[in-house]
Amino acid sequence: MLQIDLWKRILIWLTVAAGLLLAAPNGFYTRVETANDARQAIEAAGETPERLAEANGWPSFLPSGLVNLGLDLRGGAHLLAELPLSDVYEKRMIALWPEVRDALRQERATVGTVRRQSIELAELKVQISQPEGMERALQVVRALARPVSSTNLNTLGANDIEVTGVGNTITISLSEAERLATDDRTMQQSLEIIRRRIDEVGTREPTIQRQGDNRILIQVPGLGSAAELKSLIGTTAQLTFHSVENVTSDADARPGVGNILAPAIDEEGLFYVLDENPVVTGEELVDAQPAFDQNGGPAVNFRFNASGGAKFGRYTAENVGAPFAIVLDNEVISAPRINEAILGGSGIISGNFTLAESTELAVLLRAGALPVEPEFVEERTIGPELGQDSIDAGRIACIVAFIAVLVFMGLSYGMFGIFANVALIINVGLIFGLLSLIGATLTLPGIAGIVLTIGMAVDANVLVFERIREEIKAGKGPARAIEQGYEKALSAIIDANITTFITAVILFVMGSGPVRGFSITLGLGIITSVFTAIYVTRLLLVMWFERRRPKTIEV
Amino acid sequence: MRLKLVPSETNWDFFSRSKLWLGISGALIVVAFVSFLIQGLNFGIDFQGGTTVRTNAEAPVDIAAYRGALDPLDLGDVSITEVFDPQFGADENVAMIRIQAQEGEEAASADLVENVTNALQALDPTLKIEAVESVGPKVSGELIQTAVIAVVLAIGAVLVYIWLRFEWQFALGAVAALVHDVVLTIGIFSELQIRFDLAIIAALLTIVGYSLNDTVVVFDRVRENLRRYKQKDLKGVLNLSINETLSRTVMTSVTTLLALISLYVLGGDVIRGFVFAMIWGVIIGTYSSIFVASTTLLILGVKRDWSKPTDGGPAGTQFGTTES
Repeated sequence: MLQIDLWKRILIWLTVAAGLLLAAPNGFYTRVETANDARQAIEAAGETPERLAEANGWPSFLPSGLVNLGLDLRGGAHLLAELPLSDVYEKRMIALWPEVRDALRQERATVGTVRRQSIELAELKVQISQPEGMERALQVVRALARPVSSTNLNTLGANDIEVTGVGNTITISLSEAERLATDDRTMQQSLEIIRRRIDEVGTREPTIQRQGDNRILIQVPGLGSAAELKSLIGTTAQLTFHSVENVTSDADARPGVGNILAPAIDEEGLFYVLDENPVVTGEELVDAQPAFDQNGGPAVNFRFNASGGAKFGRYTAENVGAPFAIVLDNEVISAPRINEAILGGSGIISGNFTLAESTELAVLLRAGALPVEPEFVEERTIGPELGQDSIDAGRIACIVAFIAVLVFMGLSYGMFGIFANVALIINVGLIFGLLSLIGATLTLPGIAGIVLTIGMAVDANVLVFERIREEIKAGKGPARAIEQGYEKALSAIIDANITTFITAVILFVMGSGPVRGFSITLGLGIITSVFTAIYVTRLLLVMWFERRRPKTIEV
Repeated sequence: MRLKLVPSETNWDFFSRSKLWLGISGALIVVAFVSFLIQGLNFGIDFQGGTTVRTNAEAPVDIAAYRGALDPLDLGDVSITEVFDPQFGADENVAMIRIQAQEGEEAASADLVENVTNALQALDPTLKIEAVESVGPKVSGELIQTAVIAVVLAIGAVLVYIWLRFEWQFALGAVAALVHDVVLTIGIFSELQIRFDLAIIAALLTIVGYSLNDTVVVFDRVRENLRRYKQKDLKGVLNLSINETLSRTVMTSVTTLLALISLYVLGGDVIRGFVFAMIWGVIIGTYSSIFVASTTLLILGVKRDWSKPTDGGPAGTQFGTTES
């Protein structure tokens, strides 16, 4: 009556063994972590006896996946940055203006003089003095349009700008397709640049993820504070070189069309009027290194790529004697006079830097400029000590909860309780095994999820045992009672666990951060506890029964 | 010898005072609502925006002195609470400082954190900042929205699942119990002004899951007994089913509570609010699956004949007529 096929038994034990094996590395967390790090280092930088010794601390034939510890357990910084994507549209329009101007000037006979009216809400408005030439003007401007470069098939063949003309005003704006493509590019670029900047600092396992349409989540374990992280990624680090039109001390001075007003970074009350369109930008930099200027002050050495170097060379050759401004994020770092043409494509930026500032600036310039300035909408810093305290407290709570439940089950169900306890121990092992397998992150609420699972995991067993008791009371023999107990309890177990699983799934989909961590352990806990209750405890019971063949059983 | 929390044979009548229980539940729900309307919830920064700073100093926390140190910074609404935990040593004096969202800013600026740190360290050089969390008003608005959607979705999904597996009366009974649990849990957080943050939403959903678990086990037995005892009236079947599953209900609640209580006492202060919600939920959830879900089912009545289509008669009054 009570029979389980041999292949099923083997399968059950294999599953259990595999789960426990996967969970094993977590029992030796530090050792495995050091070994994993050492192996990575060997791959990246070659073998040293030290690294080899560390790598051998954990045998390579054993699984080495670990449960990642969340920021609340390990300590570190968490930032949620929002990118104002529409800022890019305006920049595009500013860059488009000279093109439009030059194209229309060639048609001066038909369109008359051309004047830029405004750039607002990512719309470039251009006035022409001869409205009757509008048709020709639109033709010329539309010819500047380029097909949208995007991987999205829907936008295939669409143009990047939309041009309309009313009266004597031409309005140019980005097309919907181009906006989408631009948004996507901006996000990709920002992710890449943020990743590069963080990698330059060299912390371990940062998480950099896109969230929603315009947000980026950055988590860096072990970093002292979110403020540090913010200074690293909060600046766009847009380096540009402009020609200087004028110098003023009036903060409200009107720079005039096509010019911008930029303050000096180290001199209060000094403002430069600059040509809005830069001669060269930081995008054409290939390298930047901290260095010292001729006076021994910290500075940054930079080198342009070929086209940047050529542009810079041409400009300096044409403007010997005139000042030009080195501008970082709309602040003038310095405005030296051009003494001679700079043809080598490299130069030096000196200002009132400290050594740390020049080093950071070099990092930022190397990693590239962010297309827009991020705004931080959420930040969390957890000190490593608080994290360690939480781990310790969680561990103790888990152990105590575990023992309390084991003792209670033993007292309540005797022999059967012991079987349930063995299954419970296997259950917790399986949860950790699965967590390691999928590389999930354990958070503080996640630990609570495990503790809750410990409490609830016995539920399926309790359902079965109570049912067996009832069957025995109804006068059934031991084997029949066990069999019926399992059979009849099954629908309750399945229904009860599916409903809980539904809520875990909803938590996973809707939640973020720690809540999601909780939903993962809860969901996995449900799967493993159903498995252990239906298969493992039952197998243990059957094996015991086959050996003893008791005439009566007491549950 | 076995430890038995419930006698092996019980025959208690759970519905003799059903009006009393429903009255108590109703009264508690009213109290919860009134408290919610008058006091509101003590929303954490997850839902309200703002910054919290957790400090740890060797000298005892002097709230008035902390406040005095922060006053010149002109931060608007600042609340300072001392955190107690049995595991803190004598030189661990922890305080939570909550600062309202600053005008014109999303998350806290580096300056704000630095100013607060400097002001407090001037007061007590041993003071360390253990954690800083800051949530902008934009994000917190979204978090509330997602949280509400999550709870509603969870209840809706459960309603549909039980409807599919049982009958609509069962689904309504279960959902009545769930709403009861959620309202009372939010109520106690409002009543005691415990901080209500994102983790509490997770706790709420777990309570939904747990309470449901309990309810489903009872209902599963009701369904079985309805088929087996066709002569018994619904009240008798419900009573029998609750009595039969009582031992299991108590066992599971006790094991879960054992685990949760150890977490509450030993798990540290960071998750204490979360664990409190769960403990409360387990107690309320166990109560509600018997007294709210089953009573609702009794009031709604159930179609007894599972094999024939309904003949349109009033539900719950068909027993006896279906015997063939």
